[in-house]
Amino acid sequence: MDWLSLDLLPPLLKGLKITLLLTVISIVVAFCFALLAGLGRLSRFAIVRAIMSTYVEIFRGTSLLIQLFWIYFALPMLLDVRLSAMTAAVIALGLNYGAYGSEVVRSSILAVPKGQIEASTALNMTPYQRMRRVIFPQAWVMMLPGFGNLQIELLKGTSLVYLITLADVTYQGMTLRSFDISRTPAILAWLLILYFIASYTLTLIVRLSERKVVKGRG
Amino acid sequence: MWDWGYANSILPKLLEVIPTTLASAILGFILACLLGLPIALARRSSKKWIAWPVAAFSEFIRSTPLLIQLFVLVFVFPQSFNITLSPFLAGVIGLGLHYSTYLSEVYRSGIDSVPRGQWEASIALNFNKLRTWLRIVLPQSIPPTIPVMGNYLIVMFKETPTLSAITVVELLMTAKVIGSASFKYVEAFTLVGIIFLVLSYPSSLLVRALERRMKRNERRGIA
Repeated sequence: MDWLSLDLLPPLLKGLKITLLLTVISIVVAFCFALLAGLGRLSRFAIVRAIMSTYVEIFRGTSLLIQLFWIYFALPMLLDVRLSAMTAAVIALGLNYGAYGSEVVRSSILAVPKGQIEASTALNMTPYQRMRRVIFPQAWVMMLPGFGNLQIELLKGTSLVYLITLADVTYQGMTLRSFDISRTPAILAWLLILYFIASYTLTLIVRLSERKVVKGRG
Repeated sequence: MWDWGYANSILPKLLEVIPTTLASAILGFILACLLGLPIALARRSSKKWIAWPVAAFSEFIRSTPLLIQLFVLVFVFPQSFNITLSPFLAGVIGLGLHYSTYLSEVYRSGIDSVPRGQWEASIALNFNKLRTWLRIVLPQSIPPTIPVMGNYLIVMFKETPTLSAITVVELLMTAKVIGSASFKYVEAFTLVGIIFLVLSYPSSLLVRALERRMKRNERRGIA
């Protein structure tokens, strides 16, 4: 059983815990930003639309790793604050995937048939009621597949936090490698397998929840 | 905190590596386009022993991080297979292979959008399989995917900073070197961000315009 290199697993699983924790927290943060920016870009107020569009275009126009480095290395110098690697990672992943998610939110809301909006106006609903009761529930179903894909991308994106020395699964793997370079193939094989299992599990969860939501509307 | 003089002094060093960054993205994109089509075709094959392994391989590549795949190319290949790749070449292959699995999905959607009648007409005209694909299906399925392909080129361009992890001297790597020499990270990283934005934002506007135009033509029945 030597070729399985099971002795590598305990340190890797310790790192995987950090990876998963980071993924879950970042998904929640990204989701909040996605809703905020997605709804904000459809706002009646031009200033809100302008601010949200600027945020989305900046974060979609540069790359995650640059944002991560900027937030971890440059931002503390500018503002004279200290950020832990974990905080920087959550901010970068949350803002980056939030920007991508906002497009999912926006396009889903725009895809709700116009008649629905007209009908809720005819029923004398307030704009808030209209969004809360009519538009959003229908848009939500359309958002799920897009969010599902972004969650997998986010999980893969967390591997970059190794580069700001957060002790995720990649970091643990690279540390193990520095102890014994000859075991590199086994370490990297385990890393690939662990990431695959994690993203596949995420895919299954997303698919299950999609089915549940669609069932409720059938 | 922002030092204009210093920013000005490091800008030329950053601009100098733009060609490397662009080259890795474009070469990676070409590789992804070339690999994506056979992957898409193999996954459609009626022969299970072709379709299944290719599908499994491509799902595996898609579900694991590019960073780890790059590490495999630079650390495992020399050790296990005695193949030593330069960091740049490994970066291009890694990017190309990773995104070929995404592009194969784009090809697939293009192929699926060809109306059934086209296939039936090819059979009625007694076209063989090769001729059907080359003369009927592919010419109709690839043009509509061009805007999506353009988007992926931009996505790959924005993914190039990951190559700094395997010591490819691209924009982010250069900024890191400059920053660590002077302990002034703000200017270097901000400039890299601005360079990426300046290059990618107009390109994405261009792709959006192309997309709108193609949709309009489609409605008019031209394309």
